[in-house]
Amino acid sequence: MTSVPLGLPRRRVEFELDGETVHVLEGDTILDACTAAGKDIPTLCYGDTLTPKNACRVCVVEVEGARTLAPACSRRAEPGMKVRTGSERARHSRRLVLELLASSTDLSTTPHVAGWIEEYGAEPARFGPDAATVAGRGAKVDNDLYVREYGKCIMCYKCVDACGDQWQNTFAIAVAGRGFDTTIAVEHDGPLPDSACVYCGNCIEVCPTGALSFRSEYEMRAAGTWDEDAQTETTTICAYCGVGCNLTLHVQDNRIVKVGSPHDNPITRGNLCIKGRFGYQHVQNVQGTE
Amino acid sequence: MDLKYTDAKPSDAERAAVDELLGPAPTGWEGGERDVADLRWAKGGHEARDRRDLLLPALHAVNDRVGWLSEGALDYICRRLTVPPAEAYGVATFYAMFSLRPRPATVLHVCTDIACAARGSKRVTESLTSRLGPAGTPAGGAVWQESPCLGLCERAPAALVIRAGEVPEGGAGTTPTAAVVAPATPDALLLAVRDPGRAAPEPPPVAAVPQAGRPGLVLLRRVGTADPSDLDDYRAHGGYTALRNAFALGPAGVIREVSDSGLLGRGGAAFPTGRKWQATASQPVRTRYLVCNADESEPGTFKDRVLMEGDPYALIEAMTIAGYAVGAHRGYLYLRGEYPRALARLTHAAERARTRGLLGDDVLGHGYAFDIEIRRGAGAYICGEETAIFNSIEGHRGEPRTKPPFPVEQGLFGRPTAVNNVETLVNVLPVLEHGAAAYAATGTPSSTGTKLFCVAGTVGRPGVFEVPFGATLRDLLDLAGGVPPGLRAVLLGGAAGGFLRPDELDVPLTFEGARAAGATLGSGVVLVLDDTVDLPRILIRVAEFFRDESCGQCVPCRVGTVRQEEALHRIADLRGAAAAADVALLREVGQVMRDASICGLGQTAWNAVESAIDRLGAYE
Repeated sequence: MTSVPLGLPRRRVEFELDGETVHVLEGDTILDACTAAGKDIPTLCYGDTLTPKNACRVCVVEVEGARTLAPACSRRAEPGMKVRTGSERARHSRRLVLELLASSTDLSTTPHVAGWIEEYGAEPARFGPDAATVAGRGAKVDNDLYVREYGKCIMCYKCVDACGDQWQNTFAIAVAGRGFDTTIAVEHDGPLPDSACVYCGNCIEVCPTGALSFRSEYEMRAAGTWDEDAQTETTTICAYCGVGCNLTLHVQDNRIVKVGSPHDNPITRGNLCIKGRFGYQHVQNVQGTE
Repeated sequence: MDLKYTDAKPSDAERAAVDELLGPAPTGWEGGERDVADLRWAKGGHEARDRRDLLLPALHAVNDRVGWLSEGALDYICRRLTVPPAEAYGVATFYAMFSLRPRPATVLHVCTDIACAARGSKRVTESLTSRLGPAGTPAGGAVWQESPCLGLCERAPAALVIRAGEVPEGGAGTTPTAAVVAPATPDALLLAVRDPGRAAPEPPPVAAVPQAGRPGLVLLRRVGTADPSDLDDYRAHGGYTALRNAFALGPAGVIREVSDSGLLGRGGAAFPTGRKWQATASQPVRTRYLVCNADESEPGTFKDRVLMEGDPYALIEAMTIAGYAVGAHRGYLYLRGEYPRALARLTHAAERARTRGLLGDDVLGHGYAFDIEIRRGAGAYICGEETAIFNSIEGHRGEPRTKPPFPVEQGLFGRPTAVNNVETLVNVLPVLEHGAAAYAATGTPSSTGTKLFCVAGTVGRPGVFEVPFGATLRDLLDLAGGVPPGLRAVLLGGAAGGFLRPDELDVPLTFEGARAAGATLGSGVVLVLDDTVDLPRILIRVAEFFRDESCGQCVPCRVGTVRQEEALHRIADLRGAAAAADVALLREVGQVMRDASICGLGQTAWNAVESAIDRLGAYE
């Protein structure tokens, strides 16, 4: 029999969202309320399995009476709060955040962002051709399993949180440097095989921009054969041990090209180990055909 | 925690430096000699991890001894403190005073910030470039680099020489050989670099107080009159009467007096101190902390340095009172890393107070336990932000936290914490010596007491001045030698403040008066610029400062400060219509920084440039 943990009872909070009275449970964020109300707030650094870091500031909304805008992803709803998600100030900030990011990083593999840039009328090119950018940082290809392209990194901290105390507790990577020069690095910015990395790939799972990707995806993109429309996703159960983690196999041309895990799976919450995430070669290495 | 360390080994000097701070490594697990017993027990758990806050002191220990942080040294620190190597690397690379590449033991920091730029720092750097080579290149056992404001603006242009090596007599906690050279001349700098131990002695702190000895001074009254190293002299000049009165009033009474006095925080945000203490004291969590924010890094600010160097016991006493009021038994004094003399004086003062029972398990025999730990910053302006300071003390990167929760709810180590600026704390002494009413009689109804201003730039008598709230900017400039001829502008409040025009000198220097004039008192900076300064270059320097000092956590500040600096470079020589498009761009970027940055650094980074455009017509 399945038991559903109910937790402590939570009070309802009533507040005003874009002129309409809404109710959420105490502790819920403005973003939770927006999602429930069917409002589409752009998010980048927010992760459904992680504590919000609110570093990207693309989800900001205007709270009446507050001096600054509030990040919807982390600000908890309070009774009587009056929130406007589409005010001029909020839209200005979102547009500028998109312009600042798109002008300083390579967002070519970031889902949804092209649509938001159009929706908010962002013009990343207006900072000129000499605008400083990290897009030129070369890809770090130092192992067989995954690739780090920090030219695509928006410094959302999600991989660090997933590698650290929020999930994996391996602490192989951290934020290094300061200001515009910050980057994600292992100690002394060395190669991954020399670091504490255990290749669980949970950082890839949470990366919002494709800066972290399977070696297979990286190579197929380079060869021009990566085609998401041609891929199927099949959720199955990992056969390696008895835990029973769910795997989502991304398959293109009858070959596994990427492995994920459903974020709402109560066992994995999107996390896997090296075997589940990368140990699929035996499936397609049929003797005699390779 | 099952951590993977590297194979790099520390040198003997590096190991000795760390062991001096942490004691010898007890087991092989922590990088010591491995023996058979180690194989039977794994050391770890909370106890091992609970010393993470010693990470920054350990990094300092190695940097002080060797001058840079090698892979072996970092790994040894990680083993000793159970810190993941990647995180320690992230922390070490956050601070400007640390280097993870080999560098000479002697590092010369030459201030090129606004006040020093207005006093000819460019001549100094040009001369150094020709005589020592470009900044950052080692030559003759030394390396020089440009630095943000060193807090020596009254003697601009300023420079600081730090030489790593054995810590001289005086023990742990103090810096190795350091020499302040201000005003800096190329010859004096070369001499100091050759032998910092024999550089010309720094003038006493009272040299920065032109009003010294005058009647009517409250905060500065002991600077230059009482011996800053002598506890008895401090007591003979009225020291420790405030603490006795505090014990008589009880914690609630102290908070009531401070609230009634109308004391507002002097760090820049002007938050009521009594309300902050009340909020901290009323938290149900019993372990609470006091943090004194002495990370004075706002360009043009040096008042806290003068207070700490000239009257160190006053801060020790004031912290004890604040700790007593909020129910804290431990106070952290977070001092900026570039203040070697303040560090030495405060370390000495705290030791003296401890031996005399004024700090410790039973302060003044009243059964109240309180002690102060001094922590050094390592070159990061952002660590003066009230939540970044917690992360820095705890051994993490000095990145601001999201508020709420506020420090009074969850601050240092997740406990309720009162964070106060040095000047704010020292103001508590007159409140308790003479009562709230007497204190509030000075100043205006909503800005009570006196205020310290750091007057620098092109004035006759630069220094720290103490005036009652309500004096005008003109009154202050008169004290500092008069309004200089050819006055172009006054930067009020620091790099996060704003410019005032020569026709605005009658602005009353009160929190409300500055606000009404569209300015802010900020940290009390009054930087005077005459018409010989190149305003667009000054604005570029302000933008460079924020670009350098942004922690990089949020997008508006991390990228916005870069885009603003780029735009200011583009229009440095343009005016009118030619600059209009970039001015509009500056405004748009400034707006998102102000609205959407996580902390006050990003939110205020554009203030000074905006005010130069709007009030001074910088690009018209």
